[in-house]
Amino acid sequence: MPHGGKRKTGTGISRRSFLTTLGAGTVASGLIPGGKRGKAAAAEGSPGIVGPGEVSITLEINGKSQEVKVEPRVTLLDVLRNRLDLTGAKKVCDRGTCGACTVLLDGKAIYSCSLLAIEAQGHKITTIEGLGTPEQLSAMQAAFVHHDAQQCGFCTPGFVVACTAFVNAHANPTVEDIRAGLGGNLCRCGTYMGVTEAVLEAAKAMKGGA
Amino acid sequence: MASTAWPKPDQRQLLGKRFDRLDGPAKASGTAKYTHDTNLPNMLFAKALWAPHGAAKVSGIDVSAAKAVNGVAQVWSVEPGTEVNYAGTLVAVVAASTEEIAREAVNKIKVEYEVLPHNVDDRDPAKVSGEPSKKEVPDAAGVDEAFKSAEVVSEGYYGASPITHCCLEAHGQAAEFRGGDLYVWATTQNVSGYAGSVTDAAGVPASQVHVECQYMGGGFGSKFGADQWGQICVQLAKQTGKPVKFMLDRDQELMIAGARPSVYGKVRVAAKKDGTVTGWDSDMLASGGKGGGKAPDMPYVFTGVPVIRNVSRGVPVNRGSQRAWRAPGHPQNCLITMSALEDMAAKLGMDALEFFMKNLQYTGRPDVYRDELTKAAEMIDYGSKAHPRGDPTAGPIKRGLGMALHQWGGGGHGSNCDLTVNPDGSVDAKIGTQDLGTGTRTVIGIVVAETLGIPLERVKVNIGSNAYPNDGASGGSTTVGGVSSSARDAATQALNIVLDKVTPELGVPVDRLVARDGKIFDADNPSKSMTWEKACSLLGQMPINTKGSKDPKDGTKLTESGVGGVQMADVSVDIETGVARINEMVAVQDCGLIVNLKTAESQVYGGMIMGITYALYEEAIYDPVTGRMLNPDMEFYKLAGLADVGKLKVHMMTGPGYDDRGVIGLGEPPVISPGAAISNAIANAIGVRVPIMPFTPDRVLAALGKGGAVA
Repeated sequence: MPHGGKRKTGTGISRRSFLTTLGAGTVASGLIPGGKRGKAAAAEGSPGIVGPGEVSITLEINGKSQEVKVEPRVTLLDVLRNRLDLTGAKKVCDRGTCGACTVLLDGKAIYSCSLLAIEAQGHKITTIEGLGTPEQLSAMQAAFVHHDAQQCGFCTPGFVVACTAFVNAHANPTVEDIRAGLGGNLCRCGTYMGVTEAVLEAAKAMKGGA
Repeated sequence: MASTAWPKPDQRQLLGKRFDRLDGPAKASGTAKYTHDTNLPNMLFAKALWAPHGAAKVSGIDVSAAKAVNGVAQVWSVEPGTEVNYAGTLVAVVAASTEEIAREAVNKIKVEYEVLPHNVDDRDPAKVSGEPSKKEVPDAAGVDEAFKSAEVVSEGYYGASPITHCCLEAHGQAAEFRGGDLYVWATTQNVSGYAGSVTDAAGVPASQVHVECQYMGGGFGSKFGADQWGQICVQLAKQTGKPVKFMLDRDQELMIAGARPSVYGKVRVAAKKDGTVTGWDSDMLASGGKGGGKAPDMPYVFTGVPVIRNVSRGVPVNRGSQRAWRAPGHPQNCLITMSALEDMAAKLGMDALEFFMKNLQYTGRPDVYRDELTKAAEMIDYGSKAHPRGDPTAGPIKRGLGMALHQWGGGGHGSNCDLTVNPDGSVDAKIGTQDLGTGTRTVIGIVVAETLGIPLERVKVNIGSNAYPNDGASGGSTTVGGVSSSARDAATQALNIVLDKVTPELGVPVDRLVARDGKIFDADNPSKSMTWEKACSLLGQMPINTKGSKDPKDGTKLTESGVGGVQMADVSVDIETGVARINEMVAVQDCGLIVNLKTAESQVYGGMIMGITYALYEEAIYDPVTGRMLNPDMEFYKLAGLADVGKLKVHMMTGPGYDDRGVIGLGEPPVISPGAAISNAIANAIGVRVPIMPFTPDRVLAALGKGGAVA
């Protein structure tokens, strides 16, 4: 049990339930033959089995369809960072613990280090870069700046994405809701006070969606 | 002539107010590029193989299968016969076209080891090596006599387990040779001084090494030079003629890239019945790696105790070597000192706050600590919450309060700033420093804008490159004092050049001119004024270039050293499960003249949270059989999450006596007290000391097994 403490679950995404959910999602998409695996499966002529060489996959990222050639073993995070230069999502633990790699998959926060890129086909992927730009920050990004919810900033993109998904699912969060629901992201510099304030402020501004 | 000295309180326009950090939007939008985010055309990815033994000799290494993998460009490996002193040591590194191929190739490397005896037990007095270091005041006989004749003596065993830095951006580097020069993208606390650590590997002089670090994902004292991995990265880039990026994996980061030494030992405290401490006697074991270690000089903060004996013995351990960990030595020293003193207070049946207050004459700054203790007590509502050791409340949840005091230096390091004021009024500042997340960029901008009387947005701050004027390494909380001094010096020089141009135009003596709110005006008749842009246009076509340094030529001192702080913790401990939780923590901190109150408070909040983490959760655990770290991941090397930190309050000491001092660093001080304050709060709650930090449920229950609270 991380932290040996009592971590309330149920109202949001704790680190544990986050993982469980993610695991279920991974299994589910793994069972879908053909479609999600796209051209790759067809090319191999053997439904459900692709690789081990590079295959061509199509990902819908930030509203744009992108084709990339990758080996089936490559994670969504590594495709984003190493192939598409979308480096906002960070690789920190690479084991589904810290949340620095969080992106949205059909609006839900997931750890992109724990999903194969090939399994993200057919889903709408939103990365931190898709939420706003330095010139036009989203409400959550602006609140992070305003409340100084960042120091070194390495956990920040993952946190912003997770907080965005959280507020979309919990329009009027209390401080207790935030503590319970955002345990899936870790910060080393200690910015949790700013994060909490930022989520409270952004939730007010985000009425009607991000 | 405008003065280099910091403006008086009523003249400050920006200093000490709250500003968003300048690079906040880049970080919050994911566009800030860190070393780990470097993507260069044709770049190779490097991945490493590490030794799985606490101590071993490499008897054979075969990299042929790795080299045969399609996509592998180059392999570095140790020579047969190489001795490995701790598990995690890098023995081979593969550079390949993709990260996946590099990992696959690493798995094909075969290494044979002759396993040697190792030791990871840092608490066994039999494992001590070398002569103990000993300090006795006034002398051995004096110490013995003082304890023999003491009215009260309390004794205890205290310690802190090893922890790591766990920077979220792992250590590493990208490197590329272009036209005979080496370009490195480093995650470093020392961009100005980094080049020297790669010149041997590069085979080029430092003048041909270009170092860049715009953003870094944490350092905390662990990231200065290139280290072995940075040098291997350079070698691979040289051999392949391609850019190479080599970032450590998380397990490697936790095993070899940073460790805070452990300290354990016995302490005796002597005191009068009225609570006045009369003597200190500590006998410690310290372990920082293969070289052993030395415990800090004790007692902490209360350094004026008249009779002191310090004995420190080093225990060599086969663990990754110690590195400066945010306030090196201080958190351990604070934990042991404040715990031992609070145990004396409990033995005397004296309130802890009264006891610490009574002994403030032994500190360097009694008046400051008295004010800070008083303020912290007010913030945490000490008067109504405090109780003698052991919460008498029925039931399994016991609540307690604890406190600790800390100190730090934080005077500015050597710093140089080049400042350009252009005829269009735009301003550029260049300093070869780096922003670890402390807000250095923003501090420089605020100081320049304050000095020139222009909005912060008018100043372009350039840092993170060794192309800029040299600045000291960011260690010891020395950065803010350094960069604010050199920026103030350079900007004052530039302002005086502008004022000389304005004087004849406005017909106002230069001493009466004031730069403020984007204008330059007559102090006696503000209607006689000129905009900043108009004033700069008087320069004609040539910009102004000035060079400022930490020590301005006019002799003005802009930075000082020496800060203090007090923290108090309110905890609840479940004596059935052993789980300790933070209800509330308060911090009171001084740091001289504050430049940006918002990021200053962030440092203190961050220090408290990092302190809660090392007090309750994080610990590097080693397997005595294999010598390996058992938890080199973020699932079991535990950092506090959002739900774990309780309610936190920060108060910065400002006003007379504080902000009329120079600018002083703040990165380290607030991380010192949390462990001690939380230890004391737990003892106050459950009635017994939990001797070893972190105060995990098993340790709390073990302590309760020896006494203390009952439900």
